[in-house]
Amino acid sequence: MTDTLTKTDEPIYKTDALIAQDIDQYLKVHEHKTMLRFITCGSVDDGKSTLIGRLLYDSKMIFEDQLAALEADSKRVGTQGQEIDFALLVDGLAAEREQGITIDVAYRFFATEKRKFIVADTPGHEQYTRNMVTGASTADLAVILIDARKGVLTQTRRHSYLAHLIGIKNIVLAINKMDLVDYDQAVYDGIVKDYTEFANSIGIKAFTAMPISGFKGDNITGPSDNTPWYKGPALIEHLETVEVDQVSDQEKPFRMAVQWVNRPNLDFRGFSGQIATGTVKVGDAIRVLPSGKTSTVSRIVTLEGDLDEAIAGQSVTLCFADEVDCSRGDVIAASDNPPQAADQFEATIVWMADEEMLPGRPYWLKIGTQTVTATVQQPKYQVNVNTMEHLAAKTLDLNAIGIANLSTDKQIVFEPYDTNRTLGGFILIDKLTNATVAAGMLHFSLRRAQNVHWQATDVTREFHANLKNQKPAVLWFTGLSGAGKSTIANLVEKKLARMNRHTFLLDGDNVRHGLNKDLGFTDADRVENIRRVGEVAKLMTDAGLIVITAFISPFRVERDMVRSMMQPGEFIEVHIDTPLADAEARDVKGLYKKARSGELKNFTGIDSPYEAPQDPEIHIDTTGMSAEQAAEAIVARIIP
Amino acid sequence: MIDSKRLTHLDRLEAESIHILREVVAEAEKPVMLYSVGKDSAVMLHLARKAFYPSPPPFPLLHVDTTWKFQAMYALRDRMARESGMELLVYHNPEAQERGINPFDHGPLHTDMWKTEGLKQALNLYGFDAAFGGARRDEEKSRAKERIFSFRTASHGWDPKNQRPELWNLYNARKNKGESIRVFPISNWTELDIWQYIHLNDVPIVPLYFADKRPTVERDGMLLMVDDERFPLKPGEEPVMRSIRFRTLGCYPLTGAVESEAKTLPEVIQETLLTTTSERQGRAIDKDAGGAGMEKKKQEGYF
Repeated sequence: MTDTLTKTDEPIYKTDALIAQDIDQYLKVHEHKTMLRFITCGSVDDGKSTLIGRLLYDSKMIFEDQLAALEADSKRVGTQGQEIDFALLVDGLAAEREQGITIDVAYRFFATEKRKFIVADTPGHEQYTRNMVTGASTADLAVILIDARKGVLTQTRRHSYLAHLIGIKNIVLAINKMDLVDYDQAVYDGIVKDYTEFANSIGIKAFTAMPISGFKGDNITGPSDNTPWYKGPALIEHLETVEVDQVSDQEKPFRMAVQWVNRPNLDFRGFSGQIATGTVKVGDAIRVLPSGKTSTVSRIVTLEGDLDEAIAGQSVTLCFADEVDCSRGDVIAASDNPPQAADQFEATIVWMADEEMLPGRPYWLKIGTQTVTATVQQPKYQVNVNTMEHLAAKTLDLNAIGIANLSTDKQIVFEPYDTNRTLGGFILIDKLTNATVAAGMLHFSLRRAQNVHWQATDVTREFHANLKNQKPAVLWFTGLSGAGKSTIANLVEKKLARMNRHTFLLDGDNVRHGLNKDLGFTDADRVENIRRVGEVAKLMTDAGLIVITAFISPFRVERDMVRSMMQPGEFIEVHIDTPLADAEARDVKGLYKKARSGELKNFTGIDSPYEAPQDPEIHIDTTGMSAEQAAEAIVARIIP
Repeated sequence: MIDSKRLTHLDRLEAESIHILREVVAEAEKPVMLYSVGKDSAVMLHLARKAFYPSPPPFPLLHVDTTWKFQAMYALRDRMARESGMELLVYHNPEAQERGINPFDHGPLHTDMWKTEGLKQALNLYGFDAAFGGARRDEEKSRAKERIFSFRTASHGWDPKNQRPELWNLYNARKNKGESIRVFPISNWTELDIWQYIHLNDVPIVPLYFADKRPTVERDGMLLMVDDERFPLKPGEEPVMRSIRFRTLGCYPLTGAVESEAKTLPEVIQETLLTTTSERQGRAIDKDAGGAGMEKKKQEGYF
């Protein structure tokens, strides 16, 4: 059995004689190689690691010292008895080697005469949707492995769905372990038929099926004598010749996201980026988005001299004939066929973090070289990746895939993902932890963004404020339940009223009886609660009022969101700082007692976090002063 | 016509690396390039010059030196800094210098103090928040799973279980307080890609990569070059002139040579292609702690 994996094989794409005979000629040939990135999907049981190990081995990517180490490892921790366990070659990190599983995306490399290959190796386990989506995002092709003895399984459907979702057009169905079903054509045909039905149902238009054995080497490098009935290409032949997206990308209109403005001196201003689609020539008319300013390309600059033309995939520096404002985040596009800008979209979102998505919470959204703030609405539905069923969902958990609307705080230049991966694929970043929490694909912009225009009113916010002879503001009280927010806020309002100031107090409990009575106390609902209060407070400042709000508002990100909604200087954060023990001892409403007994869930300070302000405009230490003194101090700060 | 427009594998690798270099410069506050003077560093530096041309790369080169590199490496280092117009920072761990730490007497402590500790000290001293490194995923198993943007804690540790997913060509460069990033722009290059690129672009490399007659001694199965008078000869040991070259370069007492007649780049590539041992085989460092040696070193802060 082991002999299939030892050096008796002479794969056709192994070191060719040319290397020894004429190295210069060999180098010339290899300078013209292209590259294919692909992903292998399947579990350890499907023989995935063995297949990858074989591809590396056959293309001479395993050296003698590595092979010796592999043999030793195989004997020590291998799962193949005394045989070489190729999975050990492919599985990397120490911890997972001991567990015998691959838990992450690993990248492998091998090359033939025609192509260099980068293989993204990802695990087949359900909880690792995130890894497969990550590996697939840069792939030109997906190899979906099927165990011939088992046929189309749930995980086959899952892998195919994900590959299709991420936009991989080349799909190879590798029906593996044919040696274990006696190379039976009927088994193969049956699996192909089942898969064709499924593929059609999810919109996969074409795929290439082949019977292989990674272990025995059938139809890997060349036709196998064991499958005379199979007339198609061997796996390597197919991988070497299949057309990559790169070519079709060149035929699309020109787009390049600006990464960096190159300005070494006053005489040179270049715009650096990687061309996403299309081609660009000197003299081409271009448009800078979102501004819409136009110019023509005067130079395409590289270290080796100027180019006449550059194509999709290249990283270049462009100069314009005119002085046009253009900076990082802008998109340079063909003047007569530019992409659009919008701020509301429908998108597919793949959630990748342990913490669930919070609809309404602001996240960073990075798309191309643009980074903006985005909020995602409650998903329209979630997709069950095993059955493709649509499920109702309030949020998205780790590895969940959903369709949702999202809005950004400013317009972004975009194209639908299926037209342009670079201008349609995005990531979401948690503002607090800086973790990448989701990947997404834009479908289209919602017409609302284009059609709802801001209504200009004649009586301006300045007019409202002048009429009341005051400067509008939001006094945003935050603190633990029972800290004294409402009491102090009430006293502040009374004092202001006596000074003839026009005020309005928005109290947490009261708002929840009306405007927000549909919201509960989960993290997601707390976020939406604060967002709505923020919007109401903003309208009231437009009306010229001094707004006082008293909400626990436990999350820093949401308070910062409200701050960013207001005019500069109008948001005044007031931290009513009471130690938890004091608030709990007071327990005016008896809530802490209920929370401690487990009767009340998601209670701030007990089983839900409170993120204290880091730099509030006003800090009130309630252990050192009475409510009356606190109110006095606050009023003194805002009315000079 | 379409054929002539097709990007080769080197074109695509180059474009990807340049994209990465520019993203870091756009998003990091104070980037630096770790320059080890080896062939991978040479390619990385060349890519940086291309990425920002006609500007010089807008960050300094940092050489965390051990004082035990080959003389020819110091010569090329100084020349490349001049030619690229970049500032060169050379850092020596003062404690290692004071204690006279060397590879002959101190074993693993040498790498630990000069390189691992030295790197941490240098990054902290200058406050760099992003450091480019020339590591490749094909070099070693734990590197195959490392991200292109690899985050380090304030104490420079690496947590392989907690890496950010990297999708498309979108890199999340946002750091938490105290964190720094190691960025590997040539992650997806293989040894052969590096050699082909050097060949096509005439990238200057240290002459030690080419065969020449050099004084050597054989120790523990490794051919070591007697690069200067600090090399302590054992009783009866006599340097022998052999035609040798190096597949990787590090501290000369720790770097094994191979006997070779490959005097030109094509000959070196030819030999590389025909050889049957991996490139890191000549390095003592990977052999510590069994198969997980490098992974362990990285968790401790080795690059």
